[in-house]
Order: sequence, then structure tokens, then C-alpha cells
Amino acid sequence: MTQSNRITGGQIDRTKTLRFTFDGIPYQGHPGDTLASALLANGVKLMGRSFKYHRPRGPISAGSEEPNALVELRSGGRQEPNTRATVAELFDGLTANSQNRWPSLRFDAMGINDKLSTFFAAGFYYKTFMWPKSFWEKLYEPIIRRAAGLGSVTREEDPDNYDKGFLHCDLLVIGAGPTGLMAALTAGRAGKRVILADEDFRMGGRLNAETYAVGDLQGADWAAGVVAELSSMPNLRLMTRTTVVGAFDHGIYSAVERVSDHLATPTDGKPRQILWRIYSGKAILAGGATERPVAFENNDRPGIMMAGALRAYANRWGVKVGERVAVFTNNDDGLRTALDLQAIGVDVVAVIDSREGGDLLPGIRHLQGAEVIDTAGNLGLKSISVRQANGRSETFAVDALGVSGGWNPNVNIHSHHRSRPVYDPAIAAFIPGKDGPPGLLVAGAAAGQMSTHAALKTGRDAAIAACDLTNGPDLPQAEDAPVRITPLWHVAHGKGRAWIDQQNDVTVKDIKLAKQENFTSVEHLKRYTTLGMATDQGKTSNVIGLAVMAELTGRSIPETGTTIYRPPYTPVAMGTLAGRSRGREFKPFRLTPSHHWAKEQGAIFVEVGNWLRTQWVPKAGETEWRQSVDREVLATRKSVGICDVTTLGKIDIQGTDAGAFLDRVYANTFSTLAVGKCRYGLMLREDGIVFDDGTTARMSPSEYVMTTTTANAVTVFRHLEYCRQVLWPDMDVQLISTTEAWAQFSAAGPNARNLLAKIVDQDISDAAFPYMGAGNITVGGLRARLFRISFSGELAYEIAVPTRYGDALLREMLAKGAEFDPIVYGTEALGVMRIEKGHVAGGELNGQSTALNMGLGKMVSKKKDSIGMVLSQREGMTAENGYRLVGVKPVDPQAKLTAGSHFLEKGAAAVAANDGGWLTSKVYSPHLGCDIALGYLKAGDTKIGQRMRIVNLLAGLDTEVEIISPHMFDPEGERLRG
Amino acid sequence: MASLMAMTALGRREPTTVTHGPLTITERTDVALASVAARKGRMADLAQAAQAAGTPLPGPATHQRGTPYSAFWTAPEMWFVEAPFATHELIAEMLKAALGDAASITEQTDAWVAFDLAAPDLSPVLERLCNVDFRHVPDGHATRTMMEHLGVYLIKHGPKEARLYGPRSSAESLLHALETAAHSAL
Repeated sequence: MTQSNRITGGQIDRTKTLRFTFDGIPYQGHPGDTLASALLANGVKLMGRSFKYHRPRGPISAGSEEPNALVELRSGGRQEPNTRATVAELFDGLTANSQNRWPSLRFDAMGINDKLSTFFAAGFYYKTFMWPKSFWEKLYEPIIRRAAGLGSVTREEDPDNYDKGFLHCDLLVIGAGPTGLMAALTAGRAGKRVILADEDFRMGGRLNAETYAVGDLQGADWAAGVVAELSSMPNLRLMTRTTVVGAFDHGIYSAVERVSDHLATPTDGKPRQILWRIYSGKAILAGGATERPVAFENNDRPGIMMAGALRAYANRWGVKVGERVAVFTNNDDGLRTALDLQAIGVDVVAVIDSREGGDLLPGIRHLQGAEVIDTAGNLGLKSISVRQANGRSETFAVDALGVSGGWNPNVNIHSHHRSRPVYDPAIAAFIPGKDGPPGLLVAGAAAGQMSTHAALKTGRDAAIAACDLTNGPDLPQAEDAPVRITPLWHVAHGKGRAWIDQQNDVTVKDIKLAKQENFTSVEHLKRYTTLGMATDQGKTSNVIGLAVMAELTGRSIPETGTTIYRPPYTPVAMGTLAGRSRGREFKPFRLTPSHHWAKEQGAIFVEVGNWLRTQWVPKAGETEWRQSVDREVLATRKSVGICDVTTLGKIDIQGTDAGAFLDRVYANTFSTLAVGKCRYGLMLREDGIVFDDGTTARMSPSEYVMTTTTANAVTVFRHLEYCRQVLWPDMDVQLISTTEAWAQFSAAGPNARNLLAKIVDQDISDAAFPYMGAGNITVGGLRARLFRISFSGELAYEIAVPTRYGDALLREMLAKGAEFDPIVYGTEALGVMRIEKGHVAGGELNGQSTALNMGLGKMVSKKKDSIGMVLSQREGMTAENGYRLVGVKPVDPQAKLTAGSHFLEKGAAAVAANDGGWLTSKVYSPHLGCDIALGYLKAGDTKIGQRMRIVNLLAGLDTEVEIISPHMFDPEGERLRG
Repeated sequence: MASLMAMTALGRREPTTVTHGPLTITERTDVALASVAARKGRMADLAQAAQAAGTPLPGPATHQRGTPYSAFWTAPEMWFVEAPFATHELIAEMLKAALGDAASITEQTDAWVAFDLAAPDLSPVLERLCNVDFRHVPDGHATRTMMEHLGVYLIKHGPKEARLYGPRSSAESLLHALETAAHSAL
């Protein structure tokens, strides 16, 4: 297919041809083309169907503001919906498809919606699909979603990678048009570290789309020269294809760099996109301006576009959008389009200028005081109807119409901190207001400075101000035309629909309806009509929408105001926000010292926070997890089992006030703990609820080693630092985490001592190393620590060596203790044994329970003050019929229990009012030969020995149980003191 | 000294070295590490003892080389002190002997995995990993930062040379992040 609408000129590389398809039809374009420019070059104007009415649509812009030409790019896992054809860079092999149409773009069955438009006015869904209520989720919503919508999402995983990164600069310049280039040149020549970012793949901004000169050069050539100079500066970082999408606190901006979007597939290992966080000393918004349309009847046909886009396609991409063209404008800039097109030989049929008076364009039929009142042409523009100043109507056969309603400065980034833009009647547009992000200056068209000279000057001056310079480069000569505009927002005529927001199919009528129903605030207007929503965020529509509302309500435009601007400036893919954090790389893993040994054994791992802990270690012949866990429990209680407990938090607490400090953070007392001993500690939150528990050992008069639960290792450390730094800064206490510095193993069971005696160099007999003893020992001369503590209820020790020796220590214990048949047990067996012993863990330490609830009320010392002590004594928290920890076993040993089930008295209805509490943890106990559980039961301490029911309506469980002491195994503790 | 065989943070007997284009990542198992925190009100005593013991105590965000002890600042009145592992495996005991009760000293050697990074320019890799302005900060800059959710210490020894201390248990994840960033950026 030939590029029938390609003309001479433009910044495309005609020496190379790129092949691509749109809806399966092959076309050709050139490097430098966008998908939109290449399709227009091939005479294709119809690129999409509208959101609600399925109206045929073509591009109206040549930039990121595009509301209409949304397409699906690529296929498979790389399929990407809602891509703006106007910014999609053409590459060889690109496949693009139109969306929101069936069966085809030219014949769309859902176009029936257009005929039924009366029914689809703003608020239609709210009013229509209300009854019956149950129909919404199952019937209405799915149908509406199918009919109205944008592109489709691929079900395949995105095969590409997305990076994140961090950049720093003295000055961030947002936008590389004349303003941004001049700002970067000024700061760059002064030696400042500058980042110049532009969303386009070619820097130069509007200069690439215009014909006027800068200095002695064509604007685009001047821009290329500046870019070349900037590229040679080591202090400059030029970032094309990079959109600054948001302004955040402290001079931080986010930007999306599309590294590989212009390639068929990313280069091996390279990311598709990078989400940059840019730390800037100062920033200059040089984002230019966006042209806005005028609303008139049927102003949405393919071939009708912004006047500036029409000439951009001609000047930058060498494309004539139509053979016979008209321009409809309310300002001088629209006239440029007519002149440019005329100069390159396009037949400019008429210029419809809504303003009265002024000079007439030479050689062009220039109708002043005239307005376009309607258009015709189904799949593309065929004619326009014009009402002239004298009231006479005339029809012009044209296939393209450029519309200019004026230019809106791109104030978005400046308004991301809620700065309200202010209306400037001189340019009939909003310009940046006060109180923008600190350190952000605005220059050029973004600041309402519309001429090229003003852009260059304000860009330079902003850089001088931002970088505290005294001067900057001389300004090249450039056009300095004033803005001459007479606002025209919509053409009053007839009853047809005049589009304001083409992306959301919002018409003047919808705004009238919103006003009629009293949704007159711009925020209400937006929600009621969807004006300004979706991928374009109303870049072309917001201002005319609110201006029309202002007209209707009789308020001024400043009184009507704008909606809030929020990041991102243009759409950002979810994958870009996720970066590397997905799948296996969602988070880092923490591996225990025994990980490699466990992996060799085929152990099953469980994620505990970031840790991978051994859950159980299957032996040959074991087909079901319970077999492994039961074996590990029985073997431990019979002889000895070893468990990696490195994951428990370890905090080294030193200083002359270490003991006093612990007295304040623990509910029980530690200052009296003898050196060489350890004690179980209970830590409360300020509100009296249990925060964490663990064992703390005193290694010397001024050094304690605290252990925390695995889950709370970091939060406890943070809490202690808070106490030390903020609450009691006068205490002599120093803290540091040593969780990872020591590999720590529990050896539990009747033969634990016998096994360890073969490993350690010291006497660890009961006399030499009694229950709750702690101390520094050696293992074959290696420094080590030993604690005689037990979580399993067995005679047990925890032994620690520097982490690098952990793997070897485990292997040594298994080898040297082989005669005792030691096994390694995982977290499941650990759980079974602690529940058999009634020790609390995650299910009980649930952030809602007090020491009293856990049966540990006496641990809260009243003889001293500690965090949470006072509030733990509140009425209600000490009620006698409050929850108490109990043990539970089924009357029928075969019956199953389920954690989360509720206690009910026999015969009581299963309703919340009769709820007696719940099961917090449940396991199968191989010793008791049945399921057992821990639970919180109201007045549970008075109910030991009673029978109740355990009910779980979700699991269909209703079982008679016996309430027993939580200490279900060896209640006297004879084994652990053995 | 021990009969037990040491294993590196990456689960091997010998330290690992990997290269990605111009970048070399070297696991360092030959560094002994201890934290030194001044006891309350004892900073002057500590400074005096440290000077006598040849232990540098540099200012905030700074690493200072010395023999045998090098050190970097980690928090107000707190430092990490480095020394050769072969001669200073008992670094905590040795520092306690040298600095007395003016400081709280804790062994940190195996709490961390140490990676030395070397490339003609490390900035392109590091800017994909953390928010440190590596190009701009002076040689000897030491800071705590985050890389792929992991809290790490980054020490700039020069534009071509840096040391990273990351949590030992996440050594594999950290190395993976480094390799991925190198692959992506270089």
C-alpha cells in the first residue's frame, strides 16, 4: 500500500521503510513516524470507536493528549490496550488493532448506541440500572462492561521487565521545547547538573512542528543544534521518551522512561520501561501548552482535528491529512495552520474565523464572524456547514478540518500539590497559580508565555533564577506574536450533539443536564458526566467543559474553577509501578543457616515473613505431611530433635542502665536477673495488650541478649530504639540487632544434654548448667552461646555459633550425636509441641489479648512501672469473666477441630450472642492421639473439666469437647527440668 | 580456629566472584566487623581510647581507612569497625580490651554479607538500586540505604569501587538484585 498522503518535508527518515499492520492490513511508514502519522500518511483516518456511542473516530491531536486514537499494540503477553496512536513510535513489524468495536472498525454493531443516544445521556446508568438491586452485579454491570469499554487485557503474563531507579540533579527541566532547551542550555553551560526530560522521542517540542525560524535556522534545526551541544556536556542528562508524571515532596519527581517501547522486543536483559525517582534541587516546568477544540455539532468525525495537529502532521511528519482542508479558529494560531498548509500546496478551502474584524489572510477564503455549525460524513469528514456573519449558511466539501479554540498551558505538574491555576483572560486559559511545589518554576507556554521569543526568554530566565546565575546565553531572534483570541467554547446551534470530551462521549447536552440536575460544581460535573476522566484526563476537554458550565450558570470561569490535578500526567502501566517486585522477585528471601542442609534433605519450606523456614523434613516412604510431623514430634520427645531457631529476633542490649531499661519495657523484672541466667519476658504495648514475648539472658552485668518472636523481630527493635531515643534519652543503653550474626539451634528431648555434651567443650550437667542457665561456651574452641530454655517442654537448650559455622554445627550435632537418633524438626512439629505445652504464639499473640487472657497475668509486675502496666489494669481488661487461655480436646478422639471455631454451651443456638470464645491454634497431638487446641474462652479458668461445643458454621463443624488445662503435656514440667 | 567448616553467606565454601560486563562483584568473607557505640556521656573517653588503639571514629556518613581497623559511622556516637578476619576474628573481644567500658561493643561479622563492587563507573548500576547520589558523594562516603527492600550499608571507596554490607540471610537475593541491575544497566 502506498503512502498516498505523504508529502515532502518532515523529520522522518525516508531512506528506511518500516512495515506494520493495523487491523491486519499491512502498511508502510518511516523511522520518525508515530503510528498515527503513518496511518494518516496511508490515508487512514478512522482509528477507533468512541467509548459510549461507538462513534467512528480519528486522531484529534499529535501528542499525549489524544482522546480518540486508542489502539491495542502488539500481541500475546505484550499486548497493550489503550495506547495512543499519536505517541506510539513506529517500528518495523508493529501490529496494531483497533478496539471497542465488533465485528470491525468500519462496521461496528454497537454503533446502534449512537442511534439510541437519547437514552445514554449523563446519569443514565445511575438512573436506569437501579432496580432490582441484585441485578447490578450479575446482569447490568457485565453487560455494560462488555458494551462500553476500551481495549482488552491480555491473559498472558507480561514477558518484559520493568526497572526502578533514582536520579539526582541540580535542575530538572521538564519538557525539551524551546523553553526547556534554553533552560537546559543556560544551566548546563553554567556547569550545573541538569536532567532534561521529554516525553517525545525527538527533542525540540513545538519547534519540530512549526516552520518559523529561530535565529538563522529553521526552528527544528536550531533545536537539533542545541540538543547536540547539550549531549556533549558531561553534566547534562538528556532523557527522551521520558514523561515526568508527578511532582512529590521535597523536589522529588517521578518519571517514566520508555526504554524499549519503540522496539519490537527489548534488547536481552534490558527493561521495557524505567520508573525514575528524580531528586532535584530545583525544577522548571517547560511542558508547553495543549490546543483545545471548540464544541459544535458532530465535531468528532475522523478528519476533524486540532489545527496545530494538522500542521504538525504536515511539517514534522510530511503528511497531509486531507486533500481539501478548512480551518475553524477563534485565535491567530489557527491561521498559521491555514498558511502552512497553503504553502505546501494543500487546498485550503476556507478559514472560518469566529472573530470579527482584523486582517484577512491573503489568497485564502477567510470568513470572519463565522462558525462551523455542523458536519457530515459517516466514517470520515465529507463536508462542513458554516454559518456566516450575515446568518447565511454555506456547506463546504472538505475531508479535513483544523479546529483551534486556543491553547491551554500544561499546568498539571505545577498543580500536583493542589495549587489552583488562575484564569488569564489575555490568553483565555488557565495559567499556573501560587503555591506550586516548592522549587518548581514554570516557563514558556506552560506559564502562558505563548510566543517563541517568550519561551526562549522565560526558559533562560527561569534557569538563571533556579540556579542563582547572573546571566545566560544570548537569545536567538524568534517570532514574538501576541495571542489574539476571542473565546468561543461552543457553537450555539440546533439540537445535535456537540462533543466536549471525545474520550468519554460527553457533549454540551450532558453538561446542560448536569446543570439542570444541580451538579454545577466542577468536581460534581466531572463525576456525573465523566468529563475529564480516563486515559487523557481531559487534557483537551476540561477547560471547555467548565467554560460551558460557567456560561450555563452565569458564573465567571474563575468562579467555576478547575478540578484537582493529580499524578500521573499520562497513564502509567501497572507493571511499571511494580518494577521488579513480581513473581519470585516480589520480595527478597531470608535463608536460615540450615537452609542448604534442609534443601539437601528435600525439606518443605514455609514463608515466615521473608524467612524460608523448614516446615518439616520428609523421610523416604512418608507420603503425607502429618506422617513427617508426627514422627518429628515423637522422635524429639523420645530422644532428641534439633530445630533451627535463628529466625527469632536477637537484640544485644548493653549499657549500665540495660537492666533498668528492660524493667521498663518488659512487664516483669529483669534488673534482678543473675548473670548467666535467662528469663521469659512479656512485653506490653502502651495500651496494656501483649506486644511480644521471648527469653532474655544476662551475659554480663551490663549486657543482655533479648530474643523476640520471628514475626516481631524488627518491630520490637524499632520499639526499643524509640524507647531509648525518645522516651528515656538519659539512660545509658545501646542496642543492636544480632539476629543474623548467630546461627541458633534448639536441641530438645531427653537426650538433648547427652548430644550437646559431645559437642561443647564445657560441663553442661544439670548442676553446672541448670534450667534457665545462659552463658558463653566454646564448641571445639569456637566461641558459642548456650541457653537452657525450652519451647517444646522437653529438656532443651539453644546453642548459637557465628552464622558461618551454623551449617557445620548442625551437621556435627547430627554426626556426633548419631547414637541418639537425632532428627531435625520443622515449624509444624514445633507448633505441635508448643501447643501440647500450652505456650502462646502467633494465634494467641494476636494484638487483642492481655497477659491475663493468656493466663500470664501474674507476670505483670505492680512493683515497678513498665510500658502497658497501668492500662493493662483497666476495668474490662481485668473482668473475671474475660477470655482465658484453655486447652481443648474432643470428647470423641476421632473428631476434628478447626482453628477459628467458636465455643458454645451445649444446647445453645449458634448465634453471636451465645459465643463463648474461639480456638486460636489447633494441631494433632501424636501423644494424646487426637486433635488438640488452644483457645480463648470466657471465664475459661473456671470451666476446666467442663464439656462444651466447638462450632464452625463455615466448616460445618459442631463437636463436643472437653475444656482442659492448656498445659496438656507434662503439666508439672518434669521433663524440661530433667 | 574452629574445627567447624565455615560456609559463606552464599552457601559455599569459598567466596564468590561474579562479573557482568565491566562489573565485578566479590563476596568478602575476610572482614571482621563489630559495632562500637559510645556509652552515655563517655564519648570523650571513647575518643581517647580509640585514638590510642588506632581505631578511627569518622564523622557522619563517612568511612575512614586505617590499619588494622577501618570504620564507618552508622548512627550518632556509633560506628562499625572493620578489620582483617584472619587476625581479628575475635574483633569484639579485641576492641573491648582496647576501648574498655567507654563503649558497648557487639560482634557483627556474620550479621552481614559483604560485597565489593568494581567497575569503571559504578553509578549506572547503583542508580537502579538505591537513592544514593553515588556520582556526587565524595570518596569515603558511607550511608545506609535500601536496595530491593533490603537495608544495606553502601561505602564509596571511589567512583570505581564500593563496598556493600547487606543482611547475611538475604545474600542470595541481594546478589540477584545486583546482577539483575548490572544486566539491565550495563
